[in-house]
Amino acid sequence: MSMDQIVDGQDEVSCDVLVIGGGTAGPMAALRAKRRNPNAKVILLEKANVKRSGAISMGMDGLNNAVIPGHATPEQYVKEITIANDGIVNQKAVLKYAQNCYGVIQELDSFGIRFRKTENGDFDVKKVHHIGAYVLPMPNGETVKKALYRQLRRAQLLITNRYMATRLLKNADGRISGVIAVNTRTAEFLVVRAKAVILCMGAAGRLGLPTSGYLYGTYENAANSGDGYAMAYHAGAALANLECFQINPLIKDYNGPACAYVAGPFGAYTANNEGARFIECDYWSGQMMLEFFNELQSGKGPVFLKLNHLHEDTIAEIEATLHKVERPTRGLFQEGRGGDYRRDMIEMHISEIGFCSGHSASGVFVDDFARTTVPGLYAAGDMASVPHNYMLGAFTNGAVAGEDAAEFADGVDYGDFDMGEVEAEKARVLAPTKREDGIPPNQIEYKTRRLVNDYLQPPKVTRKYTLAQARFAEARDDLENRMVARNAHELMRALEAHSILDCADMAAFASLYRTESRWGLYHLRLDHPEKDDENWFCHTLLSKKDGRMTCEKRDVDPYVVPIAEEERGLYDQQRIRATA
Amino acid sequence: MPLASYETSVPVTVDNDKCIAEKGCTVCVDVCPLDVLRISDLTGKAYMRYDECWYCMPCEADCPTGAVTVNIPYLLR
Repeated sequence: MSMDQIVDGQDEVSCDVLVIGGGTAGPMAALRAKRRNPNAKVILLEKANVKRSGAISMGMDGLNNAVIPGHATPEQYVKEITIANDGIVNQKAVLKYAQNCYGVIQELDSFGIRFRKTENGDFDVKKVHHIGAYVLPMPNGETVKKALYRQLRRAQLLITNRYMATRLLKNADGRISGVIAVNTRTAEFLVVRAKAVILCMGAAGRLGLPTSGYLYGTYENAANSGDGYAMAYHAGAALANLECFQINPLIKDYNGPACAYVAGPFGAYTANNEGARFIECDYWSGQMMLEFFNELQSGKGPVFLKLNHLHEDTIAEIEATLHKVERPTRGLFQEGRGGDYRRDMIEMHISEIGFCSGHSASGVFVDDFARTTVPGLYAAGDMASVPHNYMLGAFTNGAVAGEDAAEFADGVDYGDFDMGEVEAEKARVLAPTKREDGIPPNQIEYKTRRLVNDYLQPPKVTRKYTLAQARFAEARDDLENRMVARNAHELMRALEAHSILDCADMAAFASLYRTESRWGLYHLRLDHPEKDDENWFCHTLLSKKDGRMTCEKRDVDPYVVPIAEEERGLYDQQRIRATA
Repeated sequence: MPLASYETSVPVTVDNDKCIAEKGCTVCVDVCPLDVLRISDLTGKAYMRYDECWYCMPCEADCPTGAVTVNIPYLLR
């Protein structure tokens, strides 16, 4: 039998803690759950292969948000992230991250992941943010996934690769009781009975369509198709501030970071066609992206990353990092274009939209224990709502989730679930395989994502958004009634098309709900252009109630780190002013 | 509606002289995040079956014999 042929089959397993997603947060969550309760059965379930899955498949060039004693304080970091997010943060969760992340850095160090140090042996922290210094280069950052995998093997964690989770199961009380998953190469089902489930399923990175038109040429790992967001939504969990889109400044066409965090500390900067700086700070905030967008559209566009004024040794060092870690094919791209950082500025563009708390704030709503609003369900990493989280946030909050989930699981019995629900889900999943004829998943995906670009890409306009909703409804009709999948691989793509369309609908709905502008370009509404603190200084929570999408306001919890009035607008002044 | 196939130039190439898939090696197939590589029934060698590539490079980096090459997909080049 050849791979990808559809097989009829179903297995059932049970565990105390199920972690879904083996990228960054997931492995750390699984390790910490097992450490907290060595008797617990912990399973790590992954759509691809844990060895190379997730956003850091080929490693990471540095920590972007390291709060290291002597360089920054947790309180200072909380203040920075609060201001960068226009005040809409759950400070308790950000503070907990800031307090815990140094311990995680030390743990990663013990895994063999090295961080750059000065001649004195101190961490060589760089400044990229507006206020504080939190960027720490990783000279052997390409080894991250291998180091993590060694730890998973050492802890003898159970790893299940090539299974895509599709729906969560709950008991009559609304507590999590398990998950339904489907094998991506055979379409066989796996029902996992679990006392606690941790979602670490990454960004919704296949939402907008890259300008290249290549479906998989996304900023995020294209495997991160928003499955976690969709699954949490269908389970009734609340999702926070989805209208705060992720939009990043990237190498045009290549669609990967250039990257200002690597090159910036050495003197590189974002420039216009005159080679001149136009923003104060290259840190990726919505306000910075708005100035980037304005320059791109202006007569001084497009926008570039400028390195060619730097010393040869400096350029060589930056180039070595860019071409070795995170997205090593940057070197191949440069070579193909005949580009040279010594001579040319790098042409930049803005990315397609996505959901990703790693860089913005849109995610499944969690508290400072990574708990979602559904009992027994946790979320961490790019899909959870702790903002500007990056890789270190995924590790740190993954650890928090793992520990709390292990304790939670220890105090409860397995929950029941309705077998009828399992059968209904199997029928939903397999529907595209039962049709002889129809529309292939790649066409439905392309159309959905093209509509996302046409109508949802900021600046946002109400009428465009309502048109998008009408077009999405048509695409959904095709998806549910006419999509065809001829093998198990195509079935995975079909299920991803479901996640993508769910995320597109959520992006439209959440954006229409918040009738103001906030977070710079991320939520710039041309027909509601002002920030309206009186009515909208709050989170928005989107959830599924009685089968329908709803949104509600939720107060921002009282700050634990006060922000002075004069500090609140620091990120609003990104544009360099003309000086006399 | 009948389906038609759509030709694309695939970004990942395999040097059949170096590939040892016929000896049971499946490293590149195993590590791909998008699961786009397969072993050919015909040649016994690895090949790119689905043009759904993030040009991320684990297949090339982890291949024990250096048989796999990742290129930038044509539309981005």
